Amino acid sequence: MESQVLQAQPENEQTGEPCIVYFSSVSENTHKFIVKTGIDSIRLPLKTSGETPLVHHPYVLCVPSYGRPGGAGSVPPQAVKFLNQPGNRKLLRGVIGAGNTNFGSLFCIAADKIAAKCDVPVLYKFELMGTTEDVENVQEGLKAFWRSNSLYPATL
Amino acid sequence: MSEKVELVHHVEAINWNRIEDEKDLEVWDRLTSNFWLPEKVPLSNDVQSWKTLTDEEKQLTMRVFTGLTLLDTIQGTVGAVSLLPDAITAHEEAVYTNIAFMESVHAKSYSSIFSTLCSTKEIDEVFRWSTENEHLQKKANIVMDYYQGDDPLKKKVASTLLESFLFYSGFYLPMYWSSHAKLTNTADLIRLIIRDEAVHGYYIGYKYQRALEKESPERQQELKDYTFDLLYELYENEVQYTHSLYDGVGLSEDVKKFLHYNANKALMNLGYEAMFPASVTNVSPAILSALSPNADENHDFFSGSGSSYVMGKAVNTEDEDWDF
Repeated sequence: MESQVLQAQPENEQTGEPCIVYFSSVSENTHKFIVKTGIDSIRLPLKTSGETPLVHHPYVLCVPSYGRPGGAGSVPPQAVKFLNQPGNRKLLRGVIGAGNTNFGSLFCIAADKIAAKCDVPVLYKFELMGTTEDVENVQEGLKAFWRSNSLYPATL
Repeated sequence: MSEKVELVHHVEAINWNRIEDEKDLEVWDRLTSNFWLPEKVPLSNDVQSWKTLTDEEKQLTMRVFTGLTLLDTIQGTVGAVSLLPDAITAHEEAVYTNIAFMESVHAKSYSSIFSTLCSTKEIDEVFRWSTENEHLQKKANIVMDYYQGDDPLKKKVASTLLESFLFYSGFYLPMYWSSHAKLTNTADLIRLIIRDEAVHGYYIGYKYQRALEKESPERQQELKDYTFDLLYELYENEVQYTHSLYDGVGLSEDVKKFLHYNANKALMNLGYEAMFPASVTNVSPAILSALSPNADENHDFFSGSGSSYVMGKAVNTEDEDWDF
């Protein structure tokens, strides 16, 4: 993972390539999905006490939701810490949610909350570690999205 | 039960202040905060709706729920308990006891539905049916056999497939009724069960994957083959069970898509790639929407519907999630 982190954080401002910042717990579901896409990525530290990365180029954030009742505390604290950096928040372009439809109205609730709070779109939702179709949709979708969106600053 | 379920051989006082696998505590917290009882669901509000069903639809519904009762009974009294001796940590054992208890709550909740909607005679009749239906009995026998085996990893596979796959031929029907604005309170109760089963399948599948990492490549391959063989065996029986139940109301084809969709999720819970392609997992949108109102729209911004900027409806963002 370390080398991927370095690759995904070049010194220059724009890479022109899609980049995903993501959180994945030790169950690794979200991590497996991101690896399958082959897209440049930065994994947030497992522990909230870990140092949060600072990004210098546009990215989308991918976060899982675990179906807590009422949706309280549903955004992983590691993602909150990351977004609490104004520089990181400014470069957020969209959110991808991971979850399980079994959680009903709380399916991918963390992605919905972040999108609403930061005024960016929810780009995609997938379940667990994603199917082949999910991987293809995100690969193709992010390429097109980057061409049209990555250079515009977010409103926050 | 003539065969003995193995007991844990050695016990030490459980120390929740020293956690070896944080997933144990996280899942324990999630399961306990998800706790519910059927008495909290106003099932009696479904009495009028129940009367609008035809006799055939009523019988189908009762049979489906009895089949689910049998699975929950197995999981509560044998399945989750059989995992206890294989637990790595005391906290893992505690989570299994929670799972076992909730399965018993689930099993009892179907009886709450029955006593609200049906006569004693009808209830006795459908329980008799459940002991005689060959596909239901075969399903029960297959998993019971595996639970009594002595391979800890194979037991976890069987348990995950039960939690994440075998229930869904039954779960389909209350979602179908709900999408037609029927038995909506019953559907609310079933959604609570569906939520619990997701956490159970996720957790047992997670423990399977952690244990699998430590095995040799040959043994990993053996377990993967075993998983797919068992899934096929269960799947073939599920297809027959589905036809025997749903042919009369013409829903079998959509139920099978729901089976494929959930078989994929069961495999993913075990760390394997989904097996069924999207062309056979495209469950009717009404069913998916009944399962998760959050899943249908805004699902794929990329596909060009362009509606995804309508975000976060009914999402309260003013909670402790945020401090920027």
